[in-house]
Amino acid sequence: MTTDKAIQVTGLTKRFGDFTAVDNITFDVDRGEIFGFLGANGAGKTTAMKMLCGLSTPTAGQGTVAGCDIMTGAEAIKRRIGYMSQRFSLYEELTVDENLHLFATIYGMSRREICDKTASIYRSLDMESMKNLLVKKLPGGWKQKLAFAAATIHSPDIVFLDEPTGGVDPVARRRFWELIYEASSRGMTIFVTTHYLDEAEYCNRISIMVDGRIAALGSPAWLKETYNATTIDEVFRKIATNTTKP
Amino acid sequence: MSVLVSMMKKEMFHLLRDTRTLVIVAVMPVVLLLLFGFAVSTEVNNVNVALSVNRHNELTERLASRLESNDYFTFKGLVAGEDIEQALRDGTIEAAVVVDCRQDGQPRYQILVDGSNTTTAQAAVAYLEQVITADNHPSTEVVTTRTLYNPRLKSAYNFVPGIMGMIFIMICAMMTSVAIVGEKESGSMDLLTVSPARPRTVILGKLVPYFLLSCLILVFMLVVSYTLLGLPFSESIINVVWLTLLYILLSLALGLLISAIASTRVDALMVSGIALMVPIMMLSGMIYPVDNMPLPLQWLSCIVPARWYISALRTFMIQQLPPSAVLPEITILVAMTVAAIFFAIRTLRSR
Repeated sequence: MTTDKAIQVTGLTKRFGDFTAVDNITFDVDRGEIFGFLGANGAGKTTAMKMLCGLSTPTAGQGTVAGCDIMTGAEAIKRRIGYMSQRFSLYEELTVDENLHLFATIYGMSRREICDKTASIYRSLDMESMKNLLVKKLPGGWKQKLAFAAATIHSPDIVFLDEPTGGVDPVARRRFWELIYEASSRGMTIFVTTHYLDEAEYCNRISIMVDGRIAALGSPAWLKETYNATTIDEVFRKIATNTTKP
Repeated sequence: MSVLVSMMKKEMFHLLRDTRTLVIVAVMPVVLLLLFGFAVSTEVNNVNVALSVNRHNELTERLASRLESNDYFTFKGLVAGEDIEQALRDGTIEAAVVVDCRQDGQPRYQILVDGSNTTTAQAAVAYLEQVITADNHPSTEVVTTRTLYNPRLKSAYNFVPGIMGMIFIMICAMMTSVAIVGEKESGSMDLLTVSPARPRTVILGKLVPYFLLSCLILVFMLVVSYTLLGLPFSESIINVVWLTLLYILLSLALGLLISAIASTRVDALMVSGIALMVPIMMLSGMIYPVDNMPLPLQWLSCIVPARWYISALRTFMIQQLPPSAVLPEITILVAMTVAAIFFAIRTLRSR
């Protein structure tokens, strides 16, 4: 049951005192799937993601992430996932190479593995000439690619991308999604939150969270058909107005 | 272990490549020491002094020659009694000694001093009293003073402990808290918390580099103090070193505590500035002696770690007494360190 699913949760709930941030959500994500996680600010996206990453223990519910139990296996989960935050957050005063080495060491890779891996990253990203450049000197689009490379350097089962394309121009965003597709084709599961609803169309499946609950879940095409909409943007608006009315 | 090493390496690179901060950190302690040791000095030199006598004899002659040969004074010669006031007023002299030699040989001394600068005035009076007493005339009625531990009353002796008390809070507490909060702000702390790196490894990776930097600065400051500033050197320096290491530890714990409270670098700077630096300047006894403060401020000064550190450091550096002489100070510092580490860990855990 845990073999073909990257993420599988049932009844996942997180309460802070009287406030229920995540209310009884149930879903699963296949291996190699690109899973979009949408929702307005305050809908509980971040809290849900924190629970999946092993940063916060659920109040109730059960499930597995990368084959590890979500209630008891937080440390094991951390080894098998990658994470890229919404803000660019590699170390600006370190070079490209030093950043990659640092994160590879943190994930327990051996020196040999690190050398092989970084070499292949430079080759595929065409960054060989930039490896000794300080990160703060890199152009914006490259920073995003590098952050993705750092988040996936230890070949995690799942990579969590928290609004990865914030503040990036459309061309760079497009290129970034190519990287995501490429990683997914190698069998990596991608769990991505985004504010750009056009990006949601690139996902295999998306879930839309409203007030701590998953209001809709399915492939972009299916959602558009079900809600009789032409774009995900429209789907999103219909769901948001439907659920906040009562 | 290798994770810790690479975290420390990262912090070192960050520190070394930030030239502006590095220059400030490396240069400031030494500059402050030299500035307070030489330029900003409360000792008084070249006080213009005149002598006025109603009768010249052997005694007054000796006094005149002593004034002349003394480094602290510039002897302006003899003046008549009625000219003293004019000379004081137009500034040609700052002090005058009036000697009244009676028939029976019992001289009476009077010191007149320009009180418009109280520091100069007080110092001049003290020096003049010493110069007058130096003549062991049996009938001289001035008390003999002997200053222990710092016979020349060099102000450098006084300032070195104070500056050390300030520098280590600045580097350990202020810089560490800003560095940690900076990672929160830039988001790289998120990456670290999601990674398998243990929180204590992350924290140690931050603290150890600043600890090493502080040790390096301690060496700098001790070399300057014991050579250029001429502090008396003895085995008491061992006490100075371990006391300072304790203080560095305390400062690091305070920095950690601040970083747990503050959420932006500006916050961290404000908190450490107001909660740590201002009390050090005002209440630690670095500049203003604690004993001169109003009672409520004296009580308040008890919670300033630097007060205890500076007081103990003075005992070690200048009086060169054994540690048993400063047991209360050391006990308080140890207690403060334990408390700060405890609260820092508790606040960090709750996040």
